[in-house]
Amino acid sequence: MLQMIGKRSILMLGMLLGLLVITFSISHIAPGDPAALAAGPDATQEMIDQVREEYGFDKPLVEQFVIYVGGIFEGDLGRSVYTTRPVAQDLMVYFPATLELVIYSILFAIILGVPMGVISAVKQNGWVDNLVRFVSSSGVGLPMFWLGLMLQLYFGLQLGWFPLGGRLDLMTDPPTTITGMYTIDALLTLKFNVFFEALHHMVLPAIALSFPALASIVRVNRAEMIETLSLDYMTNARAQGISKFRMIAAYALKNAMLPTLAIIGLRFGWMLGGTVLIESVFDWPGVGLYALQAVTASDFEPVMAVTLILGAWFMLTNFLIDIIYGILDPRVRGRA
Amino acid sequence: MTDAPVLEIRDYRLNFNTFDGVYHALDGVNLAVGKGQSLGIVGETGCGKSVTVRNVLGLLPSPPAEVVSGEILYNGKDMLKVTPAEMQKIRGIEIAMIFQDPMTYLNPVFTIGTQMVDVILAHQKALDKSVRKNKKQARAHAIEMLRKVHLPNPESQIDRYPHELSGGMRQRVLIAMALSGSPKLLIADEPTTALDVTIQAQILDLIAELVEDMGLSVIIITHDLGVVAKVCDNVAVMYAGQVVEYGTIEEVFGKPKHPYTEGLLKSIPHPGKPPEELYGIPGFLPNLLTPPIGCRFQDRCPKAMEICGTPPKNRNNAAHDRTVLCHLYEEGFEDA
Repeated sequence: MLQMIGKRSILMLGMLLGLLVITFSISHIAPGDPAALAAGPDATQEMIDQVREEYGFDKPLVEQFVIYVGGIFEGDLGRSVYTTRPVAQDLMVYFPATLELVIYSILFAIILGVPMGVISAVKQNGWVDNLVRFVSSSGVGLPMFWLGLMLQLYFGLQLGWFPLGGRLDLMTDPPTTITGMYTIDALLTLKFNVFFEALHHMVLPAIALSFPALASIVRVNRAEMIETLSLDYMTNARAQGISKFRMIAAYALKNAMLPTLAIIGLRFGWMLGGTVLIESVFDWPGVGLYALQAVTASDFEPVMAVTLILGAWFMLTNFLIDIIYGILDPRVRGRA
Repeated sequence: MTDAPVLEIRDYRLNFNTFDGVYHALDGVNLAVGKGQSLGIVGETGCGKSVTVRNVLGLLPSPPAEVVSGEILYNGKDMLKVTPAEMQKIRGIEIAMIFQDPMTYLNPVFTIGTQMVDVILAHQKALDKSVRKNKKQARAHAIEMLRKVHLPNPESQIDRYPHELSGGMRQRVLIAMALSGSPKLLIADEPTTALDVTIQAQILDLIAELVEDMGLSVIIITHDLGVVAKVCDNVAVMYAGQVVEYGTIEEVFGKPKHPYTEGLLKSIPHPGKPPEELYGIPGFLPNLLTPPIGCRFQDRCPKAMEICGTPPKNRNNAAHDRTVLCHLYEEGFEDA
């Protein structure tokens, strides 16, 4: 197990470096002059050149890359031309907001999706199953931003149950920053009204973001449960007198969770990318919105930093899933 | 048979409703096992051996299985009509079952111990709902059972996962699990088919030893006539969903009456017998979606007559311990 973790960690570092090369090349080959943009519309050529020198855009690409990678190891992700602040500082503010949203979304998808898959499989072809299958098919098919808009329109505007966007009401002070995740910070500082307010703001974007993940979790879990329930060891468990509940909730589910976990990991990774859309719809001040602004402003360094974080996030979730896999399935443990 | 039989199957008819039509799997099966006796059920693959016994413990999912008629009487109680709660008090406690392939009948993600303890606790709970779970005691019982089936080092093996054990060891575990509730009747569904020949003999010896030890009644299903001859008192020969001949081992194997039994016995290879003398029954099992009218063996029978186009009736000898389903014995028969 430890050996497996070690091997994977080294592999992950290599992959991250590869990712860096790719994003760096793409963003520097892309057209558009960030220096001109940063200097402003009325800048003279001299001023633009000065900005270019200041940001190091005049050096050869390879040198720029070496400087960039060196900076990363010192926690320096460059400087945003658009916000004029260091990217690392920006991310400290935006990333926790996104992370919080993503965590709530995946939890929602798992807590709802796994039982739905199980019930659907046990009551195969009954009305519950048909309903679940309808919902999950539409979840795979519906565009996330459209669902977000519809939720906003109905539950936000028409019924007024939930706020339209943002992380807190305009007049509320955010809790003292500890993790940057408002719900956790509010709990840690015992501001329960802020906690509930943050949670209240979380509901619609989290549901919209979780829907595609929920749908695929349900589908995979249902299919795996149906398959597992028909296997020989379930017949044996039944013949030996194991209760139906234990058969389903332990014997079958633990086996069915293995492929379900794989899809959870994948979706958890994708979700961070999905936040670009959802954060725009719900005006959520997170990494997605930040990246969107940076892209439209040809602001290289934030885009690269966000891509790097997305890549690292994806690898990390899959790494975590591998570890949980090892815990759940004894047959995986020895292998790396 | 002086005592009332422990298990009696009467006029048992069972269909499978498939997409291709109604599959007439069992057609009027009659069987009985006396107390402390062992019955072998033999026949070729697909003749309905396993299907006959699966529903003793309610293990056939319905649909597709549909019981058309008949009774499965366990100590006078019809197992086809018991409630789920009553069934839980019988599974593993009164009647236990072991299966064909030890590779697939143990849950891969739980240790042997967990699965055995589960079974033991499930039995306790089925008998007395108020009983408090005592895992330690259950584990001790599990180890004791593993020792009984001659699993080496049961104290350490109990914490292993199924994939860490060999096929023979797994079958021992399954036997230990099945016998942990001290059942009165053991149903072994091809217990040695998936094992190496040397292991087969060990497992058979083990079953014979345990049967003797615990005073069990046994049903052994197999297509290996040698197994039956070694372990059983009585034998039922099945063909295409019917019991064609039933009697003691000496009678049936010594003086077979039904042409199918004769063919079956002639087709056993012997070391001294040259292969060209090996007999093979011509033809194939009839398609049970459209079973032949009359005797189901008529197309392959060397002694077929005109009357075989009408259904034969069971003929008994005077002592009622032998039955043949064949028109040849229209006038009855006496033991030779």
